[in-house]
Amino acid sequence: MNVNQSAPPVPPFGQPQPIYPGYHQSGYGGQPSSTAPPTSYGAYNGPVPGFQQTPPLGVSRAPPSSGAPPASTAQAPCGQAAYGQFGQGDIQNGPSSSTVPTQRLPGSQPFGSPLAPAVSQPAVLQPYGPPPTSAQVTAQLAGMQISGAMAPAPPPSGLGYGPPTSLASASGSFPNSGPYGSYPQGQAPPVSQAQGHPGVHPSQRSAPPLASSFIPPTSGGPRMPSMTGSLPPGQGFGAPPMSQPNHVSSPPPQALPPGTQMTGPQGPPPPMHSLPQPGYQLQQNGSFGPGRGPQPNYGSPYPGAPTFGSQPAPPQPLPPKRLDPDAIPSPIQVIEDDRNTRGSEPFVTGVRGQVPPLVTTNFLVKDQGNASPRYIRCTSYNIPCTSDMAKQAQVPLAAVIKPLARLPPEEASPYVVDHGESGPLRCNRCKAYMCPFMQFIEGGRRFQCCFCSCINDVPPQYFQHLDHTGRRVDAYDRPELSLGSYEFLATVDYCKNNKFPSPPAFIFMIDVSYNAIRTGLVRLLCEELKSLLDYLPREGGAEESAIHVGFVTYNKVLHFYNVKSSLAQPQMMVVSDVADMFVPLLDGFLVNVNESRAVITSLLDQIPEIFADTRETETVFAPVIQAGMEALKAAECAGKLFLFHTSLPIAEAPGKLKNRDDRKLINTDKEKTLFQPQTGVYQTLAKECVAQGCCVDLFLFPNQYVDVATLSVVPQLTGGSVYKYACFQVENDQERFLSDLRRDVQKVVGFDAVMRVRTSTGIRAVDFFGAFYMSNTTDVELAGLDANKTVTVEFKHDDRLNEESGALLQCALLYTSCAGQRRLRIHNLALNCCTQLADLYRNCETDTLINYMAKFAYRGVLNSPVKTVRDTLITQCAQILACYRKNCASPSSAGQLILPECMKLLPVYLNCVLKSDVLQPGAEVTTDDRAYVRQLVTSMDVAETNVFFYPRLLPLTKSPIESTTEPPAVRASEERLSNGDIYLLENGLNLFLWVGASVQQGVVQSLFNVASFSQIASGLSVLPVLDNPLSKKVRGLIDSLRAQRSRYMKLTVVKQEDKLEVLFKNFLVEDKSLSGGESYVDFLCHMHKEIRQLLS
Amino acid sequence: MTTYLEFIQQNEERDGVRFSWNLWPSSRLEATRMVVPLACLLTPLKERPDLPPVQYEPVFCSRPTCKAVLNPLCQVDYQAKLWACNFCFQRNQFPPAYAGISEVNQPAELMPQFSTIEYVVQRGPQSPLIFLYVVDTCLEEDDLQALKESLQMSLSLLPPEALVGLITFGRMVQVHELSCEGISKSYVFRGTKDLTAKQIQDMLGLSKPAMPMQQARPVQPQEHPFVSSRFLQPIHKIDMTLTDLLGELQRDPWPVTQGKRPLRSTGVALSIAVGLLEGTFPNTGARIMLFTGGPPTQGPGMVVGDELKVPIRSWHDIEKDNARFMKKATKHYEMLAQRTAANGHCIDIYACALDQTGLLEMKCCTNLTGGHMVMGDSFNTSLFKQTFQRIFSKDFNGDFRMAFGATLEVKTSRELKVAGAIGPCVSLNVKGPCVSENELGVGGTSQWKICGLDPTSTLGIYFEVINQHNAPIPQGSRGAIQFVTQYQHSSTQKRIRVTTIARNWADVQSQLQLIEAAFDQEAAAVLMARLGVFRAESEEGPDVLRWLDRQLIRLCQKFGQYNKEDPTSFRLSDAFSLYPQFMFHLRRSPFLQVFNNSPDESSYYRHHFARQDLTQSLIMIQPILYSYSFHGPPEPVLLDSSSILADRILLMDTFFQIVIYLGETIAQWQKAGYQDMPEYENFKHLLQAPLDDAQEILQARFPMPRYVHTEHGGSQARFLLSKVNPSQTHNNLYAWGQETGAPILTDDVSLQVFMDHLKKLAVSNAC
Repeated sequence: MNVNQSAPPVPPFGQPQPIYPGYHQSGYGGQPSSTAPPTSYGAYNGPVPGFQQTPPLGVSRAPPSSGAPPASTAQAPCGQAAYGQFGQGDIQNGPSSSTVPTQRLPGSQPFGSPLAPAVSQPAVLQPYGPPPTSAQVTAQLAGMQISGAMAPAPPPSGLGYGPPTSLASASGSFPNSGPYGSYPQGQAPPVSQAQGHPGVHPSQRSAPPLASSFIPPTSGGPRMPSMTGSLPPGQGFGAPPMSQPNHVSSPPPQALPPGTQMTGPQGPPPPMHSLPQPGYQLQQNGSFGPGRGPQPNYGSPYPGAPTFGSQPAPPQPLPPKRLDPDAIPSPIQVIEDDRNTRGSEPFVTGVRGQVPPLVTTNFLVKDQGNASPRYIRCTSYNIPCTSDMAKQAQVPLAAVIKPLARLPPEEASPYVVDHGESGPLRCNRCKAYMCPFMQFIEGGRRFQCCFCSCINDVPPQYFQHLDHTGRRVDAYDRPELSLGSYEFLATVDYCKNNKFPSPPAFIFMIDVSYNAIRTGLVRLLCEELKSLLDYLPREGGAEESAIHVGFVTYNKVLHFYNVKSSLAQPQMMVVSDVADMFVPLLDGFLVNVNESRAVITSLLDQIPEIFADTRETETVFAPVIQAGMEALKAAECAGKLFLFHTSLPIAEAPGKLKNRDDRKLINTDKEKTLFQPQTGVYQTLAKECVAQGCCVDLFLFPNQYVDVATLSVVPQLTGGSVYKYACFQVENDQERFLSDLRRDVQKVVGFDAVMRVRTSTGIRAVDFFGAFYMSNTTDVELAGLDANKTVTVEFKHDDRLNEESGALLQCALLYTSCAGQRRLRIHNLALNCCTQLADLYRNCETDTLINYMAKFAYRGVLNSPVKTVRDTLITQCAQILACYRKNCASPSSAGQLILPECMKLLPVYLNCVLKSDVLQPGAEVTTDDRAYVRQLVTSMDVAETNVFFYPRLLPLTKSPIESTTEPPAVRASEERLSNGDIYLLENGLNLFLWVGASVQQGVVQSLFNVASFSQIASGLSVLPVLDNPLSKKVRGLIDSLRAQRSRYMKLTVVKQEDKLEVLFKNFLVEDKSLSGGESYVDFLCHMHKEIRQLLS
Repeated sequence: MTTYLEFIQQNEERDGVRFSWNLWPSSRLEATRMVVPLACLLTPLKERPDLPPVQYEPVFCSRPTCKAVLNPLCQVDYQAKLWACNFCFQRNQFPPAYAGISEVNQPAELMPQFSTIEYVVQRGPQSPLIFLYVVDTCLEEDDLQALKESLQMSLSLLPPEALVGLITFGRMVQVHELSCEGISKSYVFRGTKDLTAKQIQDMLGLSKPAMPMQQARPVQPQEHPFVSSRFLQPIHKIDMTLTDLLGELQRDPWPVTQGKRPLRSTGVALSIAVGLLEGTFPNTGARIMLFTGGPPTQGPGMVVGDELKVPIRSWHDIEKDNARFMKKATKHYEMLAQRTAANGHCIDIYACALDQTGLLEMKCCTNLTGGHMVMGDSFNTSLFKQTFQRIFSKDFNGDFRMAFGATLEVKTSRELKVAGAIGPCVSLNVKGPCVSENELGVGGTSQWKICGLDPTSTLGIYFEVINQHNAPIPQGSRGAIQFVTQYQHSSTQKRIRVTTIARNWADVQSQLQLIEAAFDQEAAAVLMARLGVFRAESEEGPDVLRWLDRQLIRLCQKFGQYNKEDPTSFRLSDAFSLYPQFMFHLRRSPFLQVFNNSPDESSYYRHHFARQDLTQSLIMIQPILYSYSFHGPPEPVLLDSSSILADRILLMDTFFQIVIYLGETIAQWQKAGYQDMPEYENFKHLLQAPLDDAQEILQARFPMPRYVHTEHGGSQARFLLSKVNPSQTHNNLYAWGQETGAPILTDDVSLQVFMDHLKKLAVSNAC
């Protein structure tokens, strides 16, 4: 079913056929076919056409949702026919292929072959179809996919395409293809499927228990069809259709060996078949039948399925191809389960190698020697002992480190340790800091470094006796001997130029060109700053912030302001020499807010007036940063620049940019240039900024292309943040901007930071991802670092590890606090080492893995074509899973997809990454958006990437109104939306309120204060404040969601069937996306195929 | 015409002209043999209270290469209404306005007493005066305070329509925008970077607004006389703003560490000032007034580094070629000066510091543009304050004594050519028929630009007789010279002053006596001195002295009466008698001697020497010494050590200094307090007399001289002792013990020795 979702671009359709072949082969399989992705779609389309025809039936069109079911039934006949075919082919493939007739040419062979093999498909298939050919599994898969591809087609016909509603299918996506308009209907199927499946599931269920294995509906293409087919086998999937039980049940508690489970259960498939068939019919049938007609050819290709061509092919026994979406691993379920099982107990960090609860779970941490997962999360808590193992598994070894993470109030923030004048105690050789893993020997007179094994003398003032276990008697009195995270006070040796730092400074640099003035931005900002300056971050109980502030405005030239407290009026100093920027004043530029309050207020009052009549539209950019940096340099302090910028800097100056936006580059080898900065100026500048401890936060208010890729270079390399408000209008965006601004100004920041990750012998940090600068290969330099900034570190083996001693990480962050104190924050983490791959797979964390993979991919697009990057991801994922299958899972049919318990969400999440805007941009996604997202993701932590890639979808009216907790989320798929309900969707950046068309009038009234659905303004961004429980609850929920995220999420109200809905649907990540992203089910099939190929 | 002395004086008063020779040798050969060139000192704007300007425009000769102005020397045919140009002999029609002309109804310019006449040109736009203050902020607190007060005071002296602008500099250069309210706004430039005029204008945002302004001005000059940039505003509009702005001026905030000089970007500040005016008001009268309290220490035009341990260059360094920055800095300022001159603006420099401030490098800024150069110890001295105030003094008409953007054109009759000019001017490079190929001073042109001038500004103009010996000039005929000075009067009127003079030709062979009698030794001394100083700027000191000596000897040989090889027989006629003495003092003067003077001081002295009128120049060459005693009324005495007597009070005026020196006895009396005793009231009066006279001089002079009050044995007595002729030194002991004066401890030769040598050389055949 899923399949349907993705809406392939029209063009593809046209060609589909030819492609087809490719599709099967390569597309999924990664086979040679050049045009992988697109083609695949094309394939779909291809088929589609056929379908349409076939389906003749207006039926297909059937309005939306019209419950698929009904429709399906109607069509059923046809569908069945189609199925029949499938069945034979084994498979779904059959069907699809049929559609493709033309394609055949090229593809035909492939098909054929695959099909043949398909037959072979294991048990599963067999059951179904008379496995004509005893194709091997692989074949099956292949076949499946194919069919899948076709499958979609079928669906259309079947269901009435009510596109929207019926998530079902991907068909929805099809709609795009103009011609295929009819297709859309395909979607209907989904629904139907569900129904159909149910039957099936049961059987499956039984099987599934264990593992979350899925059956790989291998036939990726085919989405449902294939799935179904597979299901049987995989049972896992199919089984729990509705309830997802499979996963759930299996996964949770039972810490079964991940892999294993699957297999067992799967067995059961057979039963399914029978059931499924019905289901099938419903869905696809209609479509198929018809479709087929046209494409007689198909039949041929498929050995078994000649039927295809002959639509009538009745009853192929329902090739159960469909994969029930409910049967495949559900993120929602996994999250819920983890919450239920691990949310109640505190996570105690004393034990080495424990996997922490998921980021989505609320839990408390007790630091007993290892750093809290809030600071460090690893992809795996069990590291293979040898690099060979690591290579085999292909599981990246990475840690996602958030050194200054904010802790919930219940947890104590790290203790500050002062080792006096001699500074923190460190290993003489590797310079690691004293930590709980250091081994004291010789009665406490010496200690052996746990990282490099060097034996060091304990300085006399630090000496302490050991107890009988070899622990220091004072171990529990000293945080550095008992805790995973703590801070040292740094001595002057740790300071720049051997001088204790001065308190940092904030410089506000405001674009006052025509655009900024016209939108009211300047006035708004100045007004806000007046009060905001009272909330500069301060440390501990300090009465007032130590931070000094300065102001600059600019357009083509820069205006500095002297706001010295002794002045009656601020003085403006204009620097026009942008080619050679300098700071025109020293005294009076950076001031204490309270001392200069009157002058500052006067300045902020006057700025909007002074520039009210400006005609200047050109701006500069690099000189502005340069100026801020020079100012900090002159004041000899670190600090942060807040830049408020509106347009592409085209004025003559260093860092001048050209408009180079060119959508034609997308999907070409040159696409990467869109992500690369236009000029090297900014990198050089960033380097200087970092050297000065000058962090840059950039607020962008573009009306058009501003080249975010270039402008964000400096923020990115200096540990700053970028905020972008496209087409900023005070009325609409004020709240979001001000909220972000407030948070950004008030947040606690560390300045001029250097982070170093030390590891025990055997592994070594080799790669770093995030917003920072590195001048050598080990030190991560961050001009500024806030609580949200995350650095992902990848490790590689450089020696054997020892199971006994495990592996240690120590992350040391040297920074200047916002009060100007120089400190070292230390996080220690001990990991287990394993000689069994199973241990590795059992101790993985998928969210972290995705965080790493996303960052890896997002960096990859700078240097490689996007397609390559995508393929790499898919390959790696397939390798990881194949390795598991091969080494850890109990033997089972090759047609089964078996996933490790810890990684069962890997495919769905990875698919989300693959179809994210950066890797697969939709038509409405601008180049700037992609660059923006790309750099955002770079410094996201695990929780952020998790929700960013797999948005939360919360139904609002299901749970009782009085309940105060967040309603349980539902899966991000159109199928899950009920048109009688209202949903909230958030991904950390966006917030949508989706209103179903048939939502109760009362609900509409109490939420929107209008009489009916049709009166709700589309694109509304604020809910009226109404005094009724529902309104309060929804607004309360929105507020609480916003509070959880580091950026303010602007609300967009989307009505069902409204034009804005397209936007919204883009976030339904389990569905096929408009830009060609696969549906979950399709992808799973695809993945299965890949795995099978690897295994064979 | 009685005596030549009277004639000369009369001419000077009427025309502001003094010639070295008042009878002109009629051939080139003879002229060169007369040693002192035919030249004149011209004070183009000499104050003539008795000469109201005429309100019409001059009549020009129609020959394009001539363009001489109708003058009393022209022959007029009243019948035909024609006049003949006395320079090119072109016959011209009178313009229609002169239709009523007749022998009894002559226009002023034809009357002999109007050999100098001033016309007011009515057409053309009138542009306001512009004053652009360029203020150094690297000053001590009290210095800055004093300067601020002076500047604020000056605002009240300016004409209300005048445009003012303010640039301040230290480490950075700030151009203050004066039109804004509420928030004071300035454009800041880095002090280390040289910018082209275009860059400056772009950065100040002048490029665009300048265009409409220039178009608008001609159209409606009356209604929008002050369309201006934001940086130059009429004083009446922004009086308060500017006063406040000046009041709030802070010292340069950038820290100066121990052992460093403050970073001072004078070079860039000037460059910006010049660029600003260039872009907004080219060819309009404008004064850039630079106030600086120390040497430029960074950027283009830097004179010395900021390390205090490296002192600023001295003459010694310059001779040794050790002045690292001098050449480059000089070049920078020269370029600025040329640009400023081309735009018709002038630059004043007010340098007040105890150490040097780089006047040597910057001198061309004032010298080429006719600006003032003032040197003092501090802005907090009356010397500066009053000098500065005096710039805004007014004449009998209530007009400022300043004029701008003048062009001086010299026309000669065909026997003469003009060889050059020395004074605060630049060449306009206009080659005409009357331009000599030989250059004396700034030559090769018949027109010069004098961007800023006042009633005392005086140029030395040098001529060459080109009439060949074999083409005698008819007896009784006269040569004529016409000076046409077009300038912008301080009332913003355009004016043209025309001076036409004529002198008789004389045949040297037959009329040597007459020519001798017509020698003006004072003018000649000053003119020769100017030549000497002009050479000294580019040559080594000794060469110049040698040249001067040779000229003097040759003059003596030519005009002395003597028997060969008999020094005792040497005599000079009255007309030449003082000349050798002038030369003696000139040789000792700071204009040619750099010993004991810093390069800045030398530049300062030379600057003034090259622009003051004859009287002042003579004082500079040979200071005046007055004696006050009980023996009689005050009297001038010889500038000689023998004049320094115990019972006298001496008052010496060297132009740059006024020294009052109490003789030994007088000083003792004063210490004893006799002046306070009623019975010695006459002593009190005696003490007071020189003070009063000194005050009188102080009041009248620009720049205000340094006032020194000292006594016998006082350390400041050196000012006196270094000037007097050392007739008594430790070497000629005969004076010891006598009441004849004070010995001077010096190895310099005395006037007597000098004269003896001169005689010996003059009578010998060697030269």
